[in-house]
Amino acid sequence: MSRDKILAALRQNQPEKVALPTTLSFERDVNLNLAEKFKAMAEGIGSKVYMVAGFGEIGPVIGMDFPSEKRIVSTVPELVSAAIPAFVLDADPHTYEDVDVAIFKPRIAVAENSALWITEDRMGVRALPFITQHIVMLVDIALLVPDMHAAYEKIGSADYGFSTFIAGPSKTADIEQSLVLGAHGPRSMTIFMYS
Amino acid sequence: MDGATQTHPELSEIFNKDEERVDWHDETLWWIRQKRDKSAHSIPEWEQLRETASQIKNNVLSDLSAYLVSFEEKALANGIIVHWAADAAEHNRIVHGILKENGIQQMVKSKSMLTEECHLNEYLEQQGLDVIDSDLGERIVQLAKEPPSHIVLPCIHKKKEEIGDLFHIHLGVPAGTSDPQILTETARQHLRETFLTRRAALTGVNFAIAETGEFVVCTNEGNADMGAHLADVHIASMGIEKIIPERRHLGVFLRLLTRSATGQPITTYSSHFKKPRPGQQMHIVIVDNGRTIQMGREDFRNSLKCIRCGACMNTCPVYRRSGGHSYHNAISGPIGAILAPNLDMKKYADLPFASTLCGSCSNVCPVKIDIHQQLYKWRQVIVKEGYADSTKKIGMQLMTFTLSSPAVYRTAGKAGRWFLKHVPFAVNNKFNPWYKQRDMPEAPAESFGEWYKKNVKKS
Repeated sequence: MSRDKILAALRQNQPEKVALPTTLSFERDVNLNLAEKFKAMAEGIGSKVYMVAGFGEIGPVIGMDFPSEKRIVSTVPELVSAAIPAFVLDADPHTYEDVDVAIFKPRIAVAENSALWITEDRMGVRALPFITQHIVMLVDIALLVPDMHAAYEKIGSADYGFSTFIAGPSKTADIEQSLVLGAHGPRSMTIFMYS
Repeated sequence: MDGATQTHPELSEIFNKDEERVDWHDETLWWIRQKRDKSAHSIPEWEQLRETASQIKNNVLSDLSAYLVSFEEKALANGIIVHWAADAAEHNRIVHGILKENGIQQMVKSKSMLTEECHLNEYLEQQGLDVIDSDLGERIVQLAKEPPSHIVLPCIHKKKEEIGDLFHIHLGVPAGTSDPQILTETARQHLRETFLTRRAALTGVNFAIAETGEFVVCTNEGNADMGAHLADVHIASMGIEKIIPERRHLGVFLRLLTRSATGQPITTYSSHFKKPRPGQQMHIVIVDNGRTIQMGREDFRNSLKCIRCGACMNTCPVYRRSGGHSYHNAISGPIGAILAPNLDMKKYADLPFASTLCGSCSNVCPVKIDIHQQLYKWRQVIVKEGYADSTKKIGMQLMTFTLSSPAVYRTAGKAGRWFLKHVPFAVNNKFNPWYKQRDMPEAPAESFGEWYKKNVKKS
């Protein structure tokens, strides 16, 4: 009922059709060093960034950075060891409430704002990147794109149930504009960049 | 909280009693405006982005019915349940119905200005249901039993000591706590418990994509995601104008939204909800509540392009010095002042006058809404429809008389200067509204016209 009323009112009241802009191309600095820009933006919003030569260096650093955290889960099969257990699926997302550190491999890294695009299939479960106390992202520098337009070009018409851009740890400045990291999601974000 | 009986000037007067607080409020918001400038100026293509966003939104408005049909079709195919609500009451009944059907008594909610507009919390509380707001700022004003005073920064009017007092009463922090770090941690613990125990979560919608049937929710705190991914039932409420045509258009809007709002390059989370997770119910409630009428008002329809960044509030000299509550509407500031009269012209007749028409709001608007021109046009509509208050009408008539005759204008100027100089108490009193919170200036010896005449003759 309301559906048809709303649509009829719109058809009557909306103005004559105006075309969409034909192109979404914007000026872009072609000489920009994407890895440097990404790192600067990520650190600017409170992430910790490590540039590593290879995958092998990552495990020990995680061990040092999170010495007393009890529950660590890795959704990245290449980064599983005795100290870093693999993610195990439980249909009830509440069971992950005690996760201290969760490790992910996003699909796209955006230099202009350090946002990381991660689709549901790389999250374990949807709640995990949010419920974990600390989040670790493994970023292959080949995934870097300059800006959001390039990111959506790469995403194209990909199908997913849920996906998100994550930029840094959760935060709030609601109390007198004082920035506090660790609002409801992770308290920290650690990024490993490798090639 | 219903300000039906008090107008913007009356409510501003209350806010203006505490001069120190007004200065602090003013400076805080101006600081955010400066962060916005810095962020916008770091992008050479900024103006091109604004123009593109404006063009996309113009297209959306011109074909909104078709886009909504497409969005619905795709969303249904994705397994989302779609509801349509003609007004606030129907929206609230739909949400209540979904909760009742699932036997749910308690819900957690992330920021949604639409549910503020619909007064959903009050409605559900009257039905005996419990709603907890999870955005920190919204939780704070909820505990204070106040509406948000800003669409992006709900408790920007509150000092940390006042928040500490609220948390002492409601969340048990020691009396006198005012450290934002400690207060935020307290809210984190309290709301984590809420997220883990609520079976229903309601979120707003920042963008709904006609092409794919997905919707995007942006937060810094992660509260929308914490609520939605842990709940059995996710309800997303959206106004009909939240539609954008294609997924790739998000590139334009996500670059503009947070830079305009707070100066951040992007929110921490820009979550794309396309399908419910297995076993979960996902509902979308598409709400009109006056928007189709606004669409029919040619002079005001492009207020529907708004993406709710709040930049117009942060820059507005009147908002900064009068506070969000003085607008007695869910959406305050310049954008609220052009949206509200559409909902109730009589109740909000005062709002288009709460502006200096300086145009700063239009200059910062990321989708190029001509806000200050619409404020000016609303004034004319309101006076014509007979909703302007009588002192304003008499004042305007006197102004018209004075300004349309050079002789009267000169005499009036002279008389004004004479009064200011010789009997300042005649104007420095409570009968002169310009004297409130201000001292009248010292009178110049002569007018510009007199000075010009003398000096031009000399040379």
